[in-house]
Amino acid sequence: MSATEATTVDSTELAHNVDVDPPHGSAVSAVDMTVSREAVRTPAERIRRGVRAALPPLAVFVVIVIIWYGANAILAPTQKFLVPTIDQVIIQGFGGPSGSQILIAVLRTTGVAITGLAIAAVLGIGWATAMSLARWVQRSTYPYAVILQCIPILALVPLIGVWFGYEFNARVVVCVMIALFPMVANTLFGLQSVERSQHELFQLQKASKWTVLTKLMYPAALPSIFLGLRTSAGLAVVGAIVGDFFFQRGQPGVGTLLQTYARLLSYPQLFAAIIASALLGVAMFFIFGLIAKIAVGKWYDPVN
Amino acid sequence: MAMTAPAPTPTSVGTQTPLVDFTNVAMKFPNGTVALSGVNITVNRGEFVTVVGPSGCGKSTLLRIASGLETASEGTATVSTDRIGYVFQDATLLAWRDVQRNVELLAELNKQPKKERREKARAAIDLVGLTGFEKNLPKQLSGGMKMRASLARSLTLDPELFLFDEPFGALDEITRERLNDELIQLFVREGFAGMFITHSVSEAVYLSTKVVVMSGRPGTIVNTFDVPFPMPRDPDIRFTAEFAELVGEVSHALREGHQG
Ligand SMILES: Nc1ncnc2c1ncn2[C@@H]1O[C@H](COP(=O)(O)OP(=O)(O)OP(=O)(O)O)[C@@H](O)[C@H]1O
Ligand SMILES: [Mg+2]
Repeated sequence: MSATEATTVDSTELAHNVDVDPPHGSAVSAVDMTVSREAVRTPAERIRRGVRAALPPLAVFVVIVIIWYGANAILAPTQKFLVPTIDQVIIQGFGGPSGSQILIAVLRTTGVAITGLAIAAVLGIGWATAMSLARWVQRSTYPYAVILQCIPILALVPLIGVWFGYEFNARVVVCVMIALFPMVANTLFGLQSVERSQHELFQLQKASKWTVLTKLMYPAALPSIFLGLRTSAGLAVVGAIVGDFFFQRGQPGVGTLLQTYARLLSYPQLFAAIIASALLGVAMFFIFGLIAKIAVGKWYDPVN
Repeated sequence: MAMTAPAPTPTSVGTQTPLVDFTNVAMKFPNGTVALSGVNITVNRGEFVTVVGPSGCGKSTLLRIASGLETASEGTATVSTDRIGYVFQDATLLAWRDVQRNVELLAELNKQPKKERREKARAAIDLVGLTGFEKNLPKQLSGGMKMRASLARSLTLDPELFLFDEPFGALDEITRERLNDELIQLFVREGFAGMFITHSVSEAVYLSTKVVVMSGRPGTIVNTFDVPFPMPRDPDIRFTAEFAELVGEVSHALREGHQG
């Protein structure tokens, strides 16, 4: 509704402008086009668009369900337990006592992942800022960010356990290690994406480094920072679950639960826990996508 | 910096000090590229000087030295004002700020109070004909409108010297001619001195009180033409024989400088 309001305001402005100075018609028509494109999109049209976008993935979902039931159907009766049906997963896995078990474990894993992500974000943004402000910091430390990314994190996990105990802290450290690089790399890319002429614009006014950072570099880097956050959020969930696999003390998360269910041959519960972890990852991805859209969507048009 | 701050000493000739006074300026970059050599140029108050020359001859470098972004490696470059507006080739608007806040930026960087800079920005927006578009983001503006916003932003500084580095190069001819007329009006009304770079000879002649022709790299001044037509310019002057003749002379000098 507010969109249409804005549209009417715009077009009167445009009409006025056309009257006053015809030669800048080219300028006006560009705006005119965006206005008309927005005006065309009625609520009904928008719903139809949404449905059309949702249809293909929905079709794939149906195919997956069919294959799933098919796999269960062709298995020998003694092996059927290996692929529980969807109704079994829902009733025995998500329902019953395992349902609340899974929910609590997911919440704990979320806590670990979010804590790790927050620390990785602060460290990553700080590190990238230092590198963008001083060339020598970048030259001397960026290789280590790359190396960090190349170390198979699993190789470090036992050591992390020894150093940080086998509880919450150790799990968080695994998340930080795994989520740090995308934060550093994306933030640095964003900070360095500022054009030279924009830097000079600030330099001509004798702006301080701090002003350049807060009024130019950080705002310009925001889209990249959010991209990094989205990538790192998914990785932090992976880190939290990996931590569970190795660190058995403290409050068990989804990772511990997955192992337990596998050991007990509780396959409907195992499937439910797998689906729950997948949903957690997807939820993180979407939430950060949404935050990004709210924060920078207005001015930033992603290229893809 | 090579700029010696406000020079109060009166010159022996004439009563006014030139705003820009380059004597024997040369520019050699650390990588060995010699962009300028032996450049002498003055811009007085009330003058609008346009520089034309082949690509890469050092025109941008000349402006960058005048603005203080770069320091001449030889000679003296004196600029006797610190109220300098600089309009870049691209509009360099901040994508996350709307027109109003973009135009306010420079005053904001100079720590002017909110109310004051808001009023200044509003006046400047009005001056460039962007009233009604204050809330638009840069992505919602056409190329010409972005340039207007960029001009407005510099106008808030109330500059005594306005430097333009090919500001209208990316625009279509009609928009460009329109902005030329608006720029002349601003020049007449606001009374700044201008230094303008362009690749278009007719734009140079139309806009300026003086056209300076540079040679290929290392850039040096090969010729200077005074433009006698009265300000503000009548758009139809473009179709007169005198205008065509001057454009021809400048083009000729440009071609010779290119070969030499
Ligand atoms: N920082 C720098 N370091 C080294 N060489 C430079 C630097 N800046 C410019 N140059 C060189 O100096 C020469 C003049 O550059 P400048 O940008 O002033 O040319 P120009 O006349 O503005 O060209 P154009 O018309 O294409 O904009 C070019 O050869 C360029 O490569
Ligand atoms: Mg240039």
